[in-house]
Amino acid sequence: MATKIEIKKFNLWYTDFHALKDISINIEEKRITAMIGPSGCGKSTLLRSINRINDTIEGVRVSGEINIGGTNIYDDKTDVDFLRRNVGMVFQRPNPFPISIYENVAFGLKVNRIASKKGVIDETVEESLKSVLLWDDIKNKLKKSALELTLEQQQRLCIARVIAVKPEIILLDEPCSSLDPVATQRIEELMMQLKEKYTIVIVTHNMHQAARVSHDTAFMLLGKLIEFDVTEKIFTNPAQKETHDYVSGRFG
Amino acid sequence: MRKTIDSIIETIIFICGILSIVFVVMIFGFLLKEGFAFFKEFGVISFITGKLWYPTSDPAKFGILSLIIGSLLVTAGACVIAVPIGIMSALYISEIAPSGVKDVLKSCVELMAAVPSVVIGFVGMVTFVPLVRAVFDIPTGLTAFSGSVMLAFMAMPTIVTISEDAIRSVPWSYKEGALALGATKWQAIRRIVLKAAMPGIIAAIMLGIGRVVGETMAVMMITGNAAHIPHSIFEPVRTMTATIAAEMGETVRGGMHYRSLFAIGLVLFVITFIVNFIADLFLGKSKK
Ligand SMILES: Nc1ncnc2c1ncn2[C@@H]1O[C@H](COP(=O)(O)OP(=O)(O)OP(=O)(O)O)[C@@H](O)[C@H]1O
Ligand SMILES: [Mg+2]
Repeated sequence: MATKIEIKKFNLWYTDFHALKDISINIEEKRITAMIGPSGCGKSTLLRSINRINDTIEGVRVSGEINIGGTNIYDDKTDVDFLRRNVGMVFQRPNPFPISIYENVAFGLKVNRIASKKGVIDETVEESLKSVLLWDDIKNKLKKSALELTLEQQQRLCIARVIAVKPEIILLDEPCSSLDPVATQRIEELMMQLKEKYTIVIVTHNMHQAARVSHDTAFMLLGKLIEFDVTEKIFTNPAQKETHDYVSGRFG
Repeated sequence: MRKTIDSIIETIIFICGILSIVFVVMIFGFLLKEGFAFFKEFGVISFITGKLWYPTSDPAKFGILSLIIGSLLVTAGACVIAVPIGIMSALYISEIAPSGVKDVLKSCVELMAAVPSVVIGFVGMVTFVPLVRAVFDIPTGLTAFSGSVMLAFMAMPTIVTISEDAIRSVPWSYKEGALALGATKWQAIRRIVLKAAMPGIIAAIMLGIGRVVGETMAVMMITGNAAHIPHSIFEPVRTMTATIAAEMGETVRGGMHYRSLFAIGLVLFVITFIVNFIADLFLGKSKK
């Protein structure tokens, strides 16, 4: 098994607040890795460091390395736009753009100049919407505003939009927290399918979700990585007492 | 006792509210009365399409086409200048400027809105008009172009403040989503943020235009006041507002000339009403 994302002694500060402390994890290729931990422990911050979307927040400083494909993404030479295309992100609240469904999916293709011919774009849009199982529902209303879709459909669209630019890694930050249980289950099924082709990292508040979908689980507490192991081990026989307390529901 | 005071205050507020409506209706009624009295004798079509404005010669000619074109030319010129600069400034203030610069710029724009139009007209007359004359080597600097530039200054604060509002109220998650897909900052702004803010920006432009169309003092001072159909933006023109302001004092109350000015007022009213209506339409849309 190959390591896809190698996080090495990674630290992050929001101005003076030390949000991530000496995190080191190796995330494996074509698997689903879950990050769990109580609110405010830094899960989102760590996830958002992997595509450097944290750079857009004023006052953020980092130290340490995150290596993807053998190069440190925090290196000065890194092309951040290319990195973000290669490491897609799905947010907690579905955030489709206020343009048509079609244009939402085509957006990444156009801005990254992946395709410019209408035929190629059409094909990719169709393919992407099919792989998130949205195509049949909306193939007749591609020109409609994306904001008219249901929340679940919007989140699927956001995943399709990411898939369209053919990333290697997909980051999901609590992608189901604004969805109902049925929609949640269907998005989980979708993730299981996607892991065949992509390396997936998911942040979740929901321990059952982590247990259901992931191979590996990282447990974080107060900006530190407490334990990282295969999911089954974390949930049945964790090495650390804090992990045990958390997964058995004693806090958080 | 307290009840009586309450009801007295309520009545006063009610009367004030009603009064403002009554005044608007009365002004409009007055415009209609005088305007229609004029149209009955002269005809709407010949008024609007007539090329000659000789209100005091015999027989008098009341064609306001040149005035309409004057107003449109000056307004269009002002838009061409104020819209791009205004939107760029709004973008700069909301997306690029560091927070210190942002506050200073915002205060400057607000200050600009507070400068009375007669002051802008005067400053334009003594500084900009001679410059236009020298640079373009034309007989007079009192041209539609000079008017447009000065009016652009007056429309800018409206355009900047309202567009900036619209741009700032675009949810951060849109921009974040765009960046996360590999868009550059500029691509995210142009393709997503500006698009999402567009209804608000159009409303801003319309309100800016509304201000320019109705402007009187500055255009009277610097556009040259020649009631003829201009062939280029570097010729003197005369606007509808300037005509009313300049001639109202010389007319005989109740005469044709007097009434023709009210008819011009009516035309202006209709134009600004339409512009404001469009602005409201888009403002409503952007609030949703
Ligand atoms: N932009 C910011 N500026 C300053 N502090 C921040 C910022 N974003 C997050 N933090 C702080 O960093 C810590 C980690 O936040 P983060 O959002 O990563 O937590 P989380 O584990 O994702 O929590 P949740 O489960 O609530 O989403 C929190 O204490 C939070 O208050
Ligand atoms: Mg979070």
